[in-house]
Amino acid sequence: MPEILQVLLGGFWENLYIFCLTLLLALPCGLIITLGSMCKFKPVKWLTRTFVWIIRGSPLMLQLFVVLYAPGLLLGIPMRNRMLAALIAFVINYAAYFSEIYRGGIESIPVGQHEACAVLGMTRSQAFFKVVLLQVVKRITPSMGNEVITLVKDTALARVIGVAEIIMVAERYTKQGLIWPLFSTGLFFLLFNGLLTILLARIEGKMDYFRC
Amino acid sequence: MAMLEVRNLGKCFAATEVLTDISFSLEKGESLAVIGSSGSGKTTMLRCLNFLETPDKGAIWVNGQCVFDAAAHKTLSSGEIRRRRLHFGLVFQSFNLFPQYTAFQNVVLAGELLAKERTDFRSNKRAILEEIHQRGRELLDSVGLSAKLDSYPHQLSGGQQQRVAIARALALNPDILCFDEPTSALDPELTGEVLNVIRSLAERNTTMVIVTHEMQFARHVADNVLFMDQGLVVEYGRAAEVIDHPSQERTRKFLENYGVNEGNGA
Repeated sequence: MPEILQVLLGGFWENLYIFCLTLLLALPCGLIITLGSMCKFKPVKWLTRTFVWIIRGSPLMLQLFVVLYAPGLLLGIPMRNRMLAALIAFVINYAAYFSEIYRGGIESIPVGQHEACAVLGMTRSQAFFKVVLLQVVKRITPSMGNEVITLVKDTALARVIGVAEIIMVAERYTKQGLIWPLFSTGLFFLLFNGLLTILLARIEGKMDYFRC
Repeated sequence: MAMLEVRNLGKCFAATEVLTDISFSLEKGESLAVIGSSGSGKTTMLRCLNFLETPDKGAIWVNGQCVFDAAAHKTLSSGEIRRRRLHFGLVFQSFNLFPQYTAFQNVVLAGELLAKERTDFRSNKRAILEEIHQRGRELLDSVGLSAKLDSYPHQLSGGQQQRVAIARALALNPDILCFDEPTSALDPELTGEVLNVIRSLAERNTTMVIVTHEMQFARHVADNVLFMDQGLVVEYGRAAEVIDHPSQERTRKFLENYGVNEGNGA
């Protein structure tokens, strides 16, 4: 049993790896997509929004296959690194979701806040960074928390392109007649998401001193 | 020379003309109450003064200097527009305080940011900031909020929030302070405390343009009254004159709704 847990932990390590890197990269990439989808230059705006529609409107599982096979089929450069393919698909997918949360947050700030900044002689970037940003962060933290927790569980999808994440590893034991390793994977996810929930509550608590 | 001179201001939203040929002038130290029904263009006119809307026609002069000319406005850099709009301060109907900053921080924030653009900021940082902070404390004291320096907006009543907003607008020493229905979001009990602050500003000869529905206040505090209807200036003159003896039929009808002239001249 300790060896099996060791193997499961090794699989979960892959999940955590995808989770951390995706979060790290998708958070800033999402902001770039937001800039595109709020761009005053119409072609950029509609191109970005179409992109977001495609990414959000199609299954992540399919996107994983596309990232794995498309380079080889279309460009003749086969994707050999399955983990890299998984990371690319996850980052693109989550950046698209984050960008919409960012956009919703930015657009939810009353126009009066921008106007108050303007009449006080602030530049647009001063208004955004000194006044608007923290209000946006406060407003989007609950929905971002939701996405982050979904991401933890979505990492299990990487198995469809052969990344040896925890559920794929655990499933092998069922062929040997052992069912408990597969079921116990749930505990890994629950435990990690429990920690994340506590962390997210703390972040929300840090912004409790004001209301907006 | 007039402190504020508005010449032939015009503004259209799509096909609707919301301001037509608005002209008036205001002397230094005088206050002007702008009255009229909802949709008459009062607020749009005020927003034009603060560059929140760009008029299509006309010009605005402050202290003998042209700060806006519809013909030349597009050629101005955003920095120049930013500098010019500082001639005006604006107090909003909905306060628009920054929720994550305390009352004190709300008052000093813009001043601190502007100070960073000063050439002597680096060498003189401490003294400059201390001066801004000192002024911020004085302003909050002058609106009766010296005990609320460290309160966040949500911890203050509407009247207190509006008084912070007034202090914030005064902090940058605007030539002309504008109010956009400053008491319309307040219940009657809180209206008084905000009007008292504006009254004391008038007594200290602050040049002000006040869009308001408080007729008694306009009559007794403002020096001048401008009555607008459908984007036009219908009547402009000394407050007592316009409100007690309106010369235009339209003004008379409007004032009747407020009952200000009841018993007058009967």
